[in-house]
Amino acid sequence: MYVAVKGGERAIDNAHRLLADRRRGDRTVPELSLAQISEQLALGVDRVMVEGSLYDRELAALAIKQARGDLIEAIFLLRAFRATLPRFGATEPLDTAAMQVQRRISSTFKDVPGGQILGPTFDYTHRLLDPQLDLGSDPELPERAPVSSEDMPRVTDILGRDGLIEASPQADAEVPVGDLTREPLSFPADRDLRLQNLARGDEGFLLALGYSTQRGYGRSHPFAGEIRFGEVELEFVAEDAGFAVPLGTIAVTECQMVNQFKGSATQPPCFTRGYGLAFGQSERKTMAMALVDRALRARELGEDALAPAQDEEFVLSHSDNVQATGFVEHLKLPHYVDFQSELGLLRRLREEFEQDAGNNGAMQEAAE
Amino acid sequence: MNAPSYNFAYLDEQTKRMIRRAILKAIAIPGYQVPFASREMPMPYGWGTGGVQVTAAILGPSDVLKVIDQGSDDTTNAISIRKFFAKTAGVATTTRTDEASVIQTRHRIPEAPLHEGQVLVYQVPIPEPLRFLEPRETETRRMHALAEYGLMHVKLYEDIAKFGHIATAYAYPVKVAGRYVMDPSPTPKFDNPKMDNCPALQLFGAGREKRIYAVPPYTEVVSLDFEDHPFTRYRQNAPCALCGAEDSYLDEIVTDDKGGRMFVCSDTDYCETRRAEGHFGSANAPETERADV
Amino acid sequence: MKMTNELAAGFADKVVSAQATFRAVMDAMARPGTVQQLNAKLRHAPSPLMPAAAAIALTLFDHDTPIWLDAPLKATSAVTSWLRFHTAAPLTSDTADAAFALLSGVDQIPALDQFALGSNDYPDRSTTLVLQLSSFEAGDAFELQGPGINGRASLHAPLPAELIAQRAALQPLFPRGLDLILVAGDALVAIPRTTQIMPKGAV
Repeated sequence: MYVAVKGGERAIDNAHRLLADRRRGDRTVPELSLAQISEQLALGVDRVMVEGSLYDRELAALAIKQARGDLIEAIFLLRAFRATLPRFGATEPLDTAAMQVQRRISSTFKDVPGGQILGPTFDYTHRLLDPQLDLGSDPELPERAPVSSEDMPRVTDILGRDGLIEASPQADAEVPVGDLTREPLSFPADRDLRLQNLARGDEGFLLALGYSTQRGYGRSHPFAGEIRFGEVELEFVAEDAGFAVPLGTIAVTECQMVNQFKGSATQPPCFTRGYGLAFGQSERKTMAMALVDRALRARELGEDALAPAQDEEFVLSHSDNVQATGFVEHLKLPHYVDFQSELGLLRRLREEFEQDAGNNGAMQEAAE
Repeated sequence: MNAPSYNFAYLDEQTKRMIRRAILKAIAIPGYQVPFASREMPMPYGWGTGGVQVTAAILGPSDVLKVIDQGSDDTTNAISIRKFFAKTAGVATTTRTDEASVIQTRHRIPEAPLHEGQVLVYQVPIPEPLRFLEPRETETRRMHALAEYGLMHVKLYEDIAKFGHIATAYAYPVKVAGRYVMDPSPTPKFDNPKMDNCPALQLFGAGREKRIYAVPPYTEVVSLDFEDHPFTRYRQNAPCALCGAEDSYLDEIVTDDKGGRMFVCSDTDYCETRRAEGHFGSANAPETERADV
Repeated sequence: MKMTNELAAGFADKVVSAQATFRAVMDAMARPGTVQQLNAKLRHAPSPLMPAAAAIALTLFDHDTPIWLDAPLKATSAVTSWLRFHTAAPLTSDTADAAFALLSGVDQIPALDQFALGSNDYPDRSTTLVLQLSSFEAGDAFELQGPGINGRASLHAPLPAELIAQRAALQPLFPRGLDLILVAGDALVAIPRTTQIMPKGAV
């Protein structure tokens, strides 16, 4: 006799129990600590903080551990926690010119005030697997230099002084900065919301889109005007105090792309900007973000918007990996009611097709 | 560490206020999709986050909640959502359609007629009925604003030209109160007539797409069709093998790999209620009767 | 501290009372014309704010909803400071900017088309009017028709003919329009934009 499937609740509980076991893995292997993740998988933690929209290394490390290293799952965990936090307001704009720089490069000038600083980078490493790391490593301590007191002006500011690059499109200080986690996105979206969307956006998606602009799908002739990574101070104006209170410092990466010209009959030609900013050391992310930001400014700059990366609604609607993974993976859920509804329709269409074929055959015979 | 603590029904009060305002507008403008600032929920987008947010915003301590997926109370996602509310809101839960004050559903409308005072909350993946014809929100918004639904009729008519039928078996579009074309969520079109003039309030939540919409009680809901190709319901041509029902939507159960199959009610509560009343089907006829055969 | 002491209290249990009030408003909006009795334990609504209007404010207003007050309410600091403290909603003097408008009575209602009616693209961006009445027993009898109503519903309310006429004039603009929540004491009735109001007996 047929009995309908029951016991889903126990199945779920058992699945979660098994998952917890698999997450732990072989119990003779020491368990990862959050400090180990935060210190030794630091770039993974950075990515989870950026796309999770929450600057908390410890929670990001916890999320990575809980997610068994699945970064999108970790981002999701962090986002779901973030959604329960009260929102006090927005900080003052970061002053990245005052950054305590650990890395700073410009590809547009051989040398710039403050110098080129390579910092901790994979660039110029030869990608040869290092078996030494398996045996445990105790690398040489880094070379140190005294903290420089020299100013490190942003390359775009240097170009800006001569009017060679457009003024940074300034947000109206009177208008509160948008927040797409508090208001549904509508189109066309202002640049503050676009940048927020890109900062939260999937690194892989932005990378592919940025790459596509280089290959001619919305080409913008980009130069990496400057990439800098380091610590910046965060300030918040408390209503009661009436002045800006420092909250501490956070590590961010900023990329300013310098792109080909705009100009008109009344305005001399100048370079245009694409901007990327992310928590931690997130170079690939900020570079891709800057390319896509520039591509999305097509409408504002009077360019044809024909390429995917220039299509605001397309880019902003599909950049979020938590949304994307949820909807792609929801195909795992039971769909048998709608599937069988289609199955019924298909059977009926096929029956009618057979009947028609039969009738036609019969008619043909009669005619012969 | 910043350990989390959670409010009644999970959502914070500010979020509930925002969702509640959207629900009121949705009821006031039947079939219109109200944008709302959907929150990131502790379950994936596409798994009922819209329905869960709507339920969380309306649920009170005296409510009795039923959650179904594919018509069944015992499918994994239904269990998961029911547990979520039992845990975060401490509400009573039931599998009985007639006992529930709030029913959250995915893909089905219960067979038992709903009554006044009940609220049916649908989980919606793609709220925009025109989305498959026009992917751009900017375009579909304009079409709704102008009540310009020609494109939909063209699509349905192309189906007829190609297949002899409207080739939409689920998420079959409806027109609400003579104005807005609305997606009923991916329910089989068998369920569409239940939406019309229904005594219960119907609320629709789409979390990922950030939309809430509604059909008030006793509101006209018409499935789109043509005079020469009127809307028809579809159900498998068989009685339920467990309860013998001839009026319920059926699941097809494949019993072997040689073409063997049977049909049972998709609405498990409906089926169980009928069996408790003494009805039976071919698969579980009482022994005594079987002896008679 | 001093300010809070002078203020009338809000809900005793915020979460439960807000939910109960919302459900009453939702039921009212879903079933136009039905009288919903609030049981939200709110004993100290600052006069002339009626308990139901005050409960609606606590349930639906916050810093995202600009509020417009009519002259008698605006002139009463007990009301404005209570609203500010309990809801943090900004007050606006621009009717077209208001998410909600609180009307202490029927004498000083601005022309309805002064309020936000929403747009055809976004008809939800409209003002919801909360209008205080003396009772749901006095006044003319009306018949209501529209979504949410099984056939016809009846309503007793002292609604000015001018208001009914202005409302009727807005109806061809649907989906743009105004939704009304009528309150009397601790009872409320909702009249969404879809509802047609006719004097009883008229067809």
